[in-house]
Amino acid sequence: MSYDILVIGAGPAGLSAALQARVRGKSVLVVAGDDRDNALYKAHQVDNYLGLPGLTGAELLDRFAAHARETGVERRTGRVLGVMPVGDRFYVSIDSDMKEAGAVILALGVSRGKKYPGEAEFLGRGVSYCATCDGALYREKRVAVVGLSADAPEEAAFLKQLGCQVTYVAAKRPEHLENDIPFVKGVKLEIRGEKAVTVLEADGEEIPCDGVFLLRPSLAPADLLPGLETDGGYITADRDGRTNIPGVFAAGDCTGLPLQVSKAVGEGLVAGLRAAEYLDQTRQK
Amino acid sequence: MALIHFNEAGFDKALQSDKLMMVDFWATWCGPCKMLTPVMEQLAREYEGKDVIIGKVDVDEETPLAQRYGVMSVPTVIFFRDGKEIERKVGAMPPAAYSTVLDANL
Repeated sequence: MSYDILVIGAGPAGLSAALQARVRGKSVLVVAGDDRDNALYKAHQVDNYLGLPGLTGAELLDRFAAHARETGVERRTGRVLGVMPVGDRFYVSIDSDMKEAGAVILALGVSRGKKYPGEAEFLGRGVSYCATCDGALYREKRVAVVGLSADAPEEAAFLKQLGCQVTYVAAKRPEHLENDIPFVKGVKLEIRGEKAVTVLEADGEEIPCDGVFLLRPSLAPADLLPGLETDGGYITADRDGRTNIPGVFAAGDCTGLPLQVSKAVGEGLVAGLRAAEYLDQTRQK
Repeated sequence: MALIHFNEAGFDKALQSDKLMMVDFWATWCGPCKMLTPVMEQLAREYEGKDVIIGKVDVDEETPLAQRYGVMSVPTVIFFRDGKEIERKVGAMPPAAYSTVLDANL
């Protein structure tokens, strides 16, 4: 299935971008993880969004989502694992699926997670970002799930079902983690091994394992799209939301401070319009 | 040469040839693998007639092959020369990432 524009992220920036692109007659798919991972979802009260004071973050998100839906924006829950430019199109992998689009808007929010020691070194040699993709390669093996996203307990259950021996590692035990999955409290993590992963160290405790599944709400921008320019963890974008990769736009918290709803909505609008124009121009060529 | 779907016997036979080999280890349940499929097909067309064998191994159907090469993440693309691994790339990458390795070894 192919769309004109694929938006990654369903916060204020992503939904605003999607809405504007729909208004310009483009087909739009928004892909995002669980709303509970959205920074705005956790805000008890937002008092500086013009004209709508006093709402909770979750209420604002619901209104934004409903508005986007009414204009015909399609939405899908999932984790985007990669974006690949091929010619003037983009392939986007979402869990076990792949979609195609003419332009991509990154509205990822802030990915605060720095890489853990050993993470880059052991990628593909025990470190994985995708339980759906790689789980079956760890049947009968010991895996540690590092639960940083709201859906991580379900992913842990999926791995257990496949036959993996799962240990769940997080800052605190999530309520809906299956009872028979052992939990280890850990914030300071290090991945170690030789040819492949052998140990995850969590706050000083060594967990012997063959695989480590790092489940963040979203991948770091440069992991998602190799070659994407970033600065201090934020995506480099101009006033039109253009990144250094033609056809890829960015909006909202992922482009930098201030991390505010109004700024995200505004940047989303600009990125949505510019992405629509970009498509019209590439089609004329 | 079209993209070859290897089973273990076919893979081992190809490995014994004196040609450069590029093999995509993939799985049906993996989105990034689906993203890589058209890239591999494109490369197979571009390198038609050259001294290279381009193929795919389904890690679910050919588990022993995946284990033999320690494939722990899909997609993983492994390059072979004279029966030995010379390079591997983990994750789906744009076509140039693979053609650079092919060109350097042809």
